[in-house]
Formats: sequence, structure tokens, C-alpha cells
Amino acid sequence: MDHDHYSDDYIRSILTSVKSVAIIGASAKQVRPSYFVMKYMMDKGFTVFPINPGHAGGEILGRMTYASLAELPEPVDMVDVFRASAAVPGITDEVLAMEPLPKVVWMQLTVRDDDSAKRLEAAGIDVVMNRCPKIEYGRLSGEIGWSGVNSKTISARRPEVRAGFQSFGIRNK
Amino acid sequence: MSQRVPGFDTLAIHSGAQPDPATGARTTPIYQTTAYVFNDTDHAASLFGLQAFGNIYTRIMNPTQAVLEERLAALEGGTAALAVASGHAAQMIVFHTLMTAGDNFIAARRLYGGSINQFGHSFKNFGWEVRWADVDDPETIASQIDDRTKALFIESFANPAGFVTDIEAMAKIAHDAGIPLIVDNTMASPYLVRPFEHGADIVVHSLTKFLGGHGNSMGGVIVDGGTFDWSASDKYPMLSTPRDEYGGVVLHETFGNFSFAIACRVLGLRDLGPAIAPMNAFLILTGIETLALRMQRHCDNALAVAKHLKDHPKVEWVEYSGLEGHHNNALQKRYSPKGAGSVFTFGVKGGYEAGVKFVEGVEIISHLANIGDTRTLVIHPASTTHRQLTDEQREKAGAGNDVVRLSIGIEDVADIIADIDQALDKTA
Ligand SMILES: Cc1ncc(COP(=O)(O)O)c(C=O)c1O
Repeated sequence: MDHDHYSDDYIRSILTSVKSVAIIGASAKQVRPSYFVMKYMMDKGFTVFPINPGHAGGEILGRMTYASLAELPEPVDMVDVFRASAAVPGITDEVLAMEPLPKVVWMQLTVRDDDSAKRLEAAGIDVVMNRCPKIEYGRLSGEIGWSGVNSKTISARRPEVRAGFQSFGIRNK
Repeated sequence: MSQRVPGFDTLAIHSGAQPDPATGARTTPIYQTTAYVFNDTDHAASLFGLQAFGNIYTRIMNPTQAVLEERLAALEGGTAALAVASGHAAQMIVFHTLMTAGDNFIAARRLYGGSINQFGHSFKNFGWEVRWADVDDPETIASQIDDRTKALFIESFANPAGFVTDIEAMAKIAHDAGIPLIVDNTMASPYLVRPFEHGADIVVHSLTKFLGGHGNSMGGVIVDGGTFDWSASDKYPMLSTPRDEYGGVVLHETFGNFSFAIACRVLGLRDLGPAIAPMNAFLILTGIETLALRMQRHCDNALAVAKHLKDHPKVEWVEYSGLEGHHNNALQKRYSPKGAGSVFTFGVKGGYEAGVKFVEGVEIISHLANIGDTRTLVIHPASTTHRQLTDEQREKAGAGNDVVRLSIGIEDVADIIADIDQALDKTA
């Protein structure tokens, strides 16, 4: 896997197949990027499990917070990492101990650890590093263009409209 | 298809513009509305808190405007853009995002006259100091940079004579000092020059000119190159520190490589207010679809006219960087191999009187203060834009008594040349 460049197809297939996400480093503070991402993912229909030992037992955006992946009450499709790159090897150990394994480990912007990626991939887990799922979802749905951001996609197909006003889903090609 | 990188002409037509989800309209609709319905209070809160993408109020964003923004970001190769009411509004918002009272910035002395006014006079009222520099003598830039210098500002092709600036050299000076390079790319357009490829960090345009291209709409844009590290120093608190306006959000941390464009929108445009009209965004979008065709024709026509003038007995001199042997020709070939643009100056024999007679003598060329129209335009700065100055001041500003500025249009070039010839005949 080339972790410097991901194809839109690869990212699209992840964001359209994953249904549940554990967010390591989710914050209860409304101004933190992890809060923005968690809220957006929930709006898009993902089932989110915040993980934050300092907030365990409390709720973030109405969702129960867990101290670690090991304490999750049910399997998740994806683990999203909002921690510094140095924490990734330890998180990888925890991921590889999960039963069943998640299908995807996603690391946020600036987070990258190539050795951990190799270990995860050897276990059959897809890896995305140094990307934000909110930005990628916004790009592949076209929503990010509403803020003048370059989605780097063009299409003559109809956007995928979700319920309510101003909500696009990821367009099938 | 998704991994093919579309070419410039394809991006000029498609970027940002998917079919309208409600109606299937293929051309971008003019969303002539001031505000947008929320699903519920939580949706409203997400929008106001910058947590969701979406529209609130047309002073801050509008769907027609958004298509224009994404298209310009794509054409310049930037991460994001913000469209505003005029080129001057774009400059005001850029500096508002970078500066506080007591700060300064360095600007090339060779700039559009309106920018010289804006920087030298109006900005003074905000406590922002401009320090003029000679881009041909980089030492005059570096020696003026101090702790409170926040940016370096140049034009890619400088109005009025169209001289090409050495963008890479300017980027190096700016980056050595830890400040961004801002390039006004109005006179070149991204068809000819893409400043981000040469190290610029922010690009601004007057969309009023070649991008709109038809002389029918005012507009401006700020494009974020996504390359500058706003948190590397404490110079840019709008981006690097918690903003009370949004409950403590740090914009650079939250929006990463498109945070400058977001800051310009959610702080600058929101609070200062120069929003672009949706109708104008639509007209400019339509213009951009033919940018490549028009711009090439502008360049080809201008070169033919410049060559003709160079050999004309009633013409003293021609300043067009596209002419072989012109002192700026090497830089033009390096930065803008497809052409030297359409705006340039020439000196008519007979000074002030002859200049006045020439602009009064043209018949299909329009005598007005603008550039970048399908029509060929002319102005005699000494009797119009620079009339209030002394002879010496005019000379320094490149607006001497004999100077005539042309903005060559896309008419049949033989007709442009014939009109120039008959007007020159009337000068003496
Ligand atoms: C190079 C350049 N920059 C900026 C501007 C200002 O743009 P606007 O008139 O859209 O405010 C102009 C207008 O003539 C220009 O020529």
C-alpha cells in the first residue's frame, strides 16, 4: 500500500462500507477537532464509540465513552486514531488484540507510523494514515466545496442527497 | 476516472459544478437568496460552530459563489478559495487576516495604482504600514523586513506595463523571513501563470478582469496555497490561537492546509462584509469556462499589436515583455511561456497632447479605466488616473505624459491594428 497517495476508490470503499467507528482520543470539548469529526460522522449515520480514559463512563455527544478498545461492548468496523504518532505502536498492539479485528485503522492528519501500518496490514486490516475522515467524506460527497475547498473531484453525476437540508452522502461512481 | 488528473481546460469547465441536486440543472444555478433553512437547532449549531459544511447566510457563503471558489482553487492548484465583491475586497481581507495595528508588510513598488492607493492611504487608518520595495533589487526587500513584517506582496505581471516578476526569488526572500508570499495574479490569470508552482503561499485576483473576462461583473478571490505553516511562529494569531469568536477554536489546527481560506471567510468576510453577488459569481463562472481560449487569443493579439507598434513611425517606445530583446523577455519565457498577457504600454510621439489625441481618436477601442475585457481598451494615465500628480510623480509611477496603456481584446487583430493606426494618424 502506498501511504503517500490513496486513490479516491480506496477511500470511498472504506467510507461506504464502514458502519461503526471507535474514536481514540475523542474529546468532550466542543472546540476540539476530534469533537468536530465525531459529530460529523454521527450526522452521516456512523455509529461512534468515543474512547478516552479521562472521560470514561461519561458521555460525549450522547455516546458512552470507554477507557480503551478492550472495553468496547461490541465489535467495530474501524478504529480512528486522534493521538500523536508516538502512541500508534501501543494502539496497534491493542487493535491486534481485538476480537474480531476491525476492518480499518484510520489515523488522523499528521498521525503516521509505517511500521504499525505493516503489522496491521499483515493482519488483513486496511490502513489510512495522515488523513481526516471528515475531510475525505466532504470531498467525495462534494460537501466540502460548499466551503470553497478544492475537492479535487469532478463529476457530471447527481450528488447523493441525504435526508433533510444540506446533506450529501458519498456518491457512487 | 477518479485517478486521472483532469487538464486545465477541463477543470475550468467542471470544477465545483456538479448537476443541481434538486432540479438536475446542469449549469450552476444563481442561488439568489440571502439565507438557508436549518433542519433543526442542532444543525444550526453545527453550522455556526463550523462543525458541519453548509450554508447559513449569503454574507458568508452562497452555493453559486462556492462553485466559483472551488473552481478557482482548482485552476490555481490551491487547497481552497474565498470569493468576495472585488479585487480590492480580497486584498483587504487577506491583510485583515494577517495583520494587527502596528504591523507592516512589504509590497512591490510596481503595482496597480488602485492597490498603491489602498495600501498607502486606506490601510494606514487600520494601523497597517506598507513598505515599498523594488523587486528588481531584492536587497530593498530583505533590508526592510523586521519582527512585525507579516507578508510580501507582488503582482505576477505588474500593472500597467505587464512586467513579469521573478516569483521564485520573491518566495525565497519571504520564506527566509518566515512570512508568506502573496501574489496578485490578475494580469496573468492561472492560464498563463500558477504562482503556487513557484512558491507563492496566497494568490489573489480581481475577477473583474480576465477571469470574468467580459467586463460585466466585479469580483475578487483569495486562494489558499495550503503550504504556509501558520503555527510556526506567533505572528499569525488569527490562525494559530484560540478564537473567542468561535468559543476557542484554533483555525489552523482545525482546518489544516485550508485554514487560511476558512479564516478569511469566517473572520474577515463575516465581519467586514464585502460578499460577492450570486449573479456576479454566475457571470464570472461562465466567463471562466472559456478562459484558456480567450487568454491565448488575448496574448496572440497583443503580441501582434506590440510588434506592429514597435515599427510604427509615430511610436517612441513599446514596453511588452513578449517582444524579443525586451529586458523582461527572459522572465516572461520562464514564467509564462504561453504568452505575455494582453496589457502593456507604449509611448506616443508628441507627449501629453498626442496621448490625449490618440485616446480621443480611437473608434472601436474603448477609452476607459479597466483591463481584461473581450474588447480592446485604452487609457492615457497622465490625463486620467494620474492627472492629479506632478510631471515628476507621473514619471516615477510609469505614467509619464506620453504613456498609453492598452488592454488588447479578442477582436480580429487586423481591426484593432487599423483602429490604432488611424488614431495615431490623428496625433500629429
Ligand atoms: C492587478 C490588479 N489588482 C487588483 C485590482 C483591483 O480589483 P477590483 O477593481 O476588482 O477591486 C485591479 C483593478 O484594476 C488590478 O488591475
